[in-house]
Amino acid sequence: MAFVAPQTVLFLLFFLAPVAIAFALAFMDVRPNRMTFIGLRNFQRVLNDPLFGKALVNTGIFTGVVVFFWLAKALLIAYLLDPMNRTLQTFFKSAFYLPAVTSSIIISLVWAWIYHPTFGLLNAFTSTFGAKPVAWLGNTDTALPALMAMQVIMGGGSSIVLLSAALARIPRDLYEVAVIDGAKRPTIFMRVILPLIRPTLLYLVVTGTVNTFQVFESVYVMTQGGPQFATTTVVYRIYQEAFQRFNLGLASAQAIVLFLLTFVMAAIQFRFLGQNVEY
Amino acid sequence: MVVPSRPRFDPFFRDPEHPVKPSAPGAVVILVILIVLSLAAVAPLYWMFATSLTPSALTVKFPPELVPSAPTLRNYQEVLAQPNFLRWVLNSLVQAVSVTLVTVATASMAGYALAKLPFRGSKSLFWLLILSMMLPFEAILVPLFLVVTRLGLVDTYLGLILPLLVSPFSIFLMKQFIGTLPTELLDAARVDGASEPRVFWDIVLPLVRPGLAFLGIITFVAQWNSFVWPLVVTRSSSMRTLQVGLVLIREQEPLFYGLHMAAAVLAAIPVVVIFFAFQKYFLRGVTVGALKG
Repeated sequence: MAFVAPQTVLFLLFFLAPVAIAFALAFMDVRPNRMTFIGLRNFQRVLNDPLFGKALVNTGIFTGVVVFFWLAKALLIAYLLDPMNRTLQTFFKSAFYLPAVTSSIIISLVWAWIYHPTFGLLNAFTSTFGAKPVAWLGNTDTALPALMAMQVIMGGGSSIVLLSAALARIPRDLYEVAVIDGAKRPTIFMRVILPLIRPTLLYLVVTGTVNTFQVFESVYVMTQGGPQFATTTVVYRIYQEAFQRFNLGLASAQAIVLFLLTFVMAAIQFRFLGQNVEY
Repeated sequence: MVVPSRPRFDPFFRDPEHPVKPSAPGAVVILVILIVLSLAAVAPLYWMFATSLTPSALTVKFPPELVPSAPTLRNYQEVLAQPNFLRWVLNSLVQAVSVTLVTVATASMAGYALAKLPFRGSKSLFWLLILSMMLPFEAILVPLFLVVTRLGLVDTYLGLILPLLVSPFSIFLMKQFIGTLPTELLDAARVDGASEPRVFWDIVLPLVRPGLAFLGIITFVAQWNSFVWPLVVTRSSSMRTLQVGLVLIREQEPLFYGLHMAAAVLAAIPVVVIFFAFQKYFLRGVTVGALKG
């Protein structure tokens, strides 16, 4: 088929071939001049690598916390905007969307500056309440939460738009019936709204989890995985192994673990949230 | 029967036709929450802009000036004087424009075939598409780099651009858009003797113009903002893209915060302009969703 040819060729060369190579490399010891088959030894090393374990835990916490709060925030905002008029909706949707079109590098640079230990805006703000300055990104207790807070505060633009569209599609008569039945707002939210926007929520949970799990840019710019590996994430770990230590076999094994985890997470979410949902 | 007159103006910005309208105090609470949350999201962008206008001597001062007392364009002059800065802008443009053009062209072709021209294996191709959409780019970063190395394309425009042209998401999006067109219309043209390329060019493409525009806009923004691939595939300073350059500027001048912020503002301007120019595309909520990265 001539119509699918260009994308198919690109897909084979720059997608399927790399995936196949990743699987092959994961079983190899890769040296500049030769490759040796070493079976599952790379995977053993991945599983025994305490740093990779730490990265998995960090990334798991990051993803769980960020996806939960980011989605709760987006749902709250979409729900609050729903009964408002068009002008107001457009105004606030634009405001929330603006950080989403700005690159994560820019956002990370700005927040590294806001979190600055001596001249940062955040310490200036907390000092007006008498708090002592904190090295937000230099402290093992605050570094990961600081990254998560940034993600939640800046995130949500496109999910608000999607949830808002889903809310607007709810047939108005359903509300009217509920109101006649004497249902209060919380009941309407739980019994009418939530079930009807479930497909959109499912979509956002799945894509949000998969994308958040790949967190890299903010770590690269703001903390380089530190302090003491407190913010080392899975993709950052793979990047270090592959492009700083040139350990390509090990990095491939790590990437395959990442891929399988992503896949399993998405499958579980489909299974538990996706009943009666057409996708 | 008296028809209740609809108020034309609501001082609390409520939608008069909404079935569960909030009360006036309720609307005030809603507005307060919205203002607080949106300020939190936009304030950092303001702070970037404010710092970019602050002379470097005044950025290292505590507490910081919320409004620059002596605004200056000095930081911008210094960014533009950075070696290769304009080259990075050019590289980002080359990457974003070429990826956008090729993606829109090839994804609409593939989307047309998948939506309207059932062929052997098109079903399985479609499922392969869905599957690959789930695979994060980061998972194939290492082997992709090896492929590009083997092809001898590291640190070249081709090496930068070619891998970014693969876009299952774009094919999926165009399949959705083209799938909504009535098949009878295409059949009528075929009966009149139009060849498939003709049907595609003369009938399909004009009808999905909004879809093409949408795909083009989000692709451009995503490419302009992309970081990981340009970071690993470029080596020499003159091949870096703007996003990578922002990090390099900070590495070279770690203490000049106004300089970092001025560079960041310059990098943000194109996408912010695109956002406001094509606001309705971003805010319409196309159900396939928007992907970042």
